[in-house]
Amino acid sequence: MPFYVSPEQQMKDKADYARKGIARGRSGVVIQYDQGILFVAPNPSRALHKISEIYDRIAFAAVGRYNEFENLRVAGVRYADVRGYQYDRGDVTARGLANWYAQILGTVFTESNKPLEVEFVVAEVGESPDLDQIYRIFFDGSVQDEHGFVAMGGQAEQVTSALKERYEDGLTLAGALGAVTASLSGSSDEDITTGQLEVGILARGRAHRSFRRLTGTPQLERLLAEARPADAGPAGNGSAGNGSAGNGSGGNGSGGNGGGGQGG
Amino acid sequence: MGSDYFGGQFTAACLRAGTSSFADFLADSAPGLLPGPAGAAGAGAAGPAAGSGDRSLGDQVPHGTTIVAADFADGVIMAGDRRSVLGNMIAQRDIEKVFRSDDYSCVGFSGVAGVGLELVRLFQLELEHYEKLEGRALSLEGKANRLGNFVRGNLGGAMQGLIAVPLFAGYDPEAGQGRIFSYDVAGGRYEERKFHAIGSGSVFARGALKKLYIDDMSAGDAIMACMHALYDAADEDSATGGPDLTRRIYPMVATVTADGFELLPEAEAGRYTQAVVDERMSSPGGPTAPLSGPQDS
Repeated sequence: MPFYVSPEQQMKDKADYARKGIARGRSGVVIQYDQGILFVAPNPSRALHKISEIYDRIAFAAVGRYNEFENLRVAGVRYADVRGYQYDRGDVTARGLANWYAQILGTVFTESNKPLEVEFVVAEVGESPDLDQIYRIFFDGSVQDEHGFVAMGGQAEQVTSALKERYEDGLTLAGALGAVTASLSGSSDEDITTGQLEVGILARGRAHRSFRRLTGTPQLERLLAEARPADAGPAGNGSAGNGSAGNGSGGNGSGGNGGGGQGG
Repeated sequence: MGSDYFGGQFTAACLRAGTSSFADFLADSAPGLLPGPAGAAGAGAAGPAAGSGDRSLGDQVPHGTTIVAADFADGVIMAGDRRSVLGNMIAQRDIEKVFRSDDYSCVGFSGVAGVGLELVRLFQLELEHYEKLEGRALSLEGKANRLGNFVRGNLGGAMQGLIAVPLFAGYDPEAGQGRIFSYDVAGGRYEERKFHAIGSGSVFARGALKKLYIDDMSAGDAIMACMHALYDAADEDSATGGPDLTRRIYPMVATVTADGFELLPEAEAGRYTQAVVDERMSSPGGPTAPLSGPQDS
């Protein structure tokens, strides 16, 4: 029997449904560092990626339902490749792509019964950190222009507040990776090990394609080893429960790091 | 209008599950962008008799000339002269005809420059697109076959005189060596042993390479062999450009090894070119091969 549901209620139900789906997984983080943009996502699978290359200077990181964001990723690669082929490689921008994605998600959200349970970032590395662009796109098609870092999915709020303590402009790659791994493990019960991390970067100044996967490379092992001492002290003291104290010393940068090293 | 492919239909095509091939996707969703008969519908309408009088269409557009390739100890090398010609005129002195097709392969072309350049551009994108969608690169054989497919796609253009053929070379990680593939206008794909050359000066370049090629050459020797081969081609064929020392325009040389694609920097190409020219100052015919006569009893 048909019955009346107000548009407000309908939209709210859809939004709640999408939010619940997105929060179910684990968080993904996109963060700027001095030489580019770093993408990190806990991901037990080596083959089913959450982080991917879209174009020369553009990459994609998503959380939520795999089949849905994978379809969006493929669409984005097609959009970018066709656009670059029709005009020029330089004419493919994250802004254009983000707007295009926003149209798709907005349409699906209003027109179909089931909204897409995805949230993702389209990031473009620029000539300098000021010219980096990070767009965060939500399930309903709204877009946010972000600076510094973005944490989405899972315990996004906890990770965001943990990252806020640790983030500063001009972090090195190891520093940024350390901040992210500490924030991710601080906000969940399980400790994050190297094998579970999917890591990619958009490296500034690389010719042609600037995206690189670090997962499984010796470089990632080195970076994690370099990043660890800064946070090992506080994390060792009291694991997740003592998170706030750990955040404080990590946020202090070099001063805090030095102290931690001596203590160990 | 059809100039903007980013409307609703295109978006729907992007979201449909389907091919990992860029060319197939274009054919399906934006056929007007593809080169060849489907794309150039206007030009195709002119029919095979296009062109004025006796001159075929192919005589009215620039042609790229000679490309050589050879394998060496670490991989494979490809080099090309820098000239394109329009009949008896030089169309361009510094055209680029050797390209990176992906990290482990390179491609060069000879023939109608417009067709060749577009073929290379589509091929580069095809490989990159596949790699991005599938998360892994095509095998070297797969790349070579795909290129053959594209060449066959231009058969209609070739019948109007718009002929261009590529030369493809890459490093095969499974075999641990470089491999070279040549093509005919119909898309036939032929794997070449040791070395090969295409284009108007190819006969002379191949002759030179036959005498200069040694199995498992060093990279330096391979570069010298290709430079000499191109010099000989330019020496005998007016359409192939010789080294232009006054303008500092040197042949383009690319190597593909286990470490990936590398284009010889211009300064380096200049040094090798200078060495070739210096040697030719004393012996214009270039290096000679040692001869051994009949053994004395």
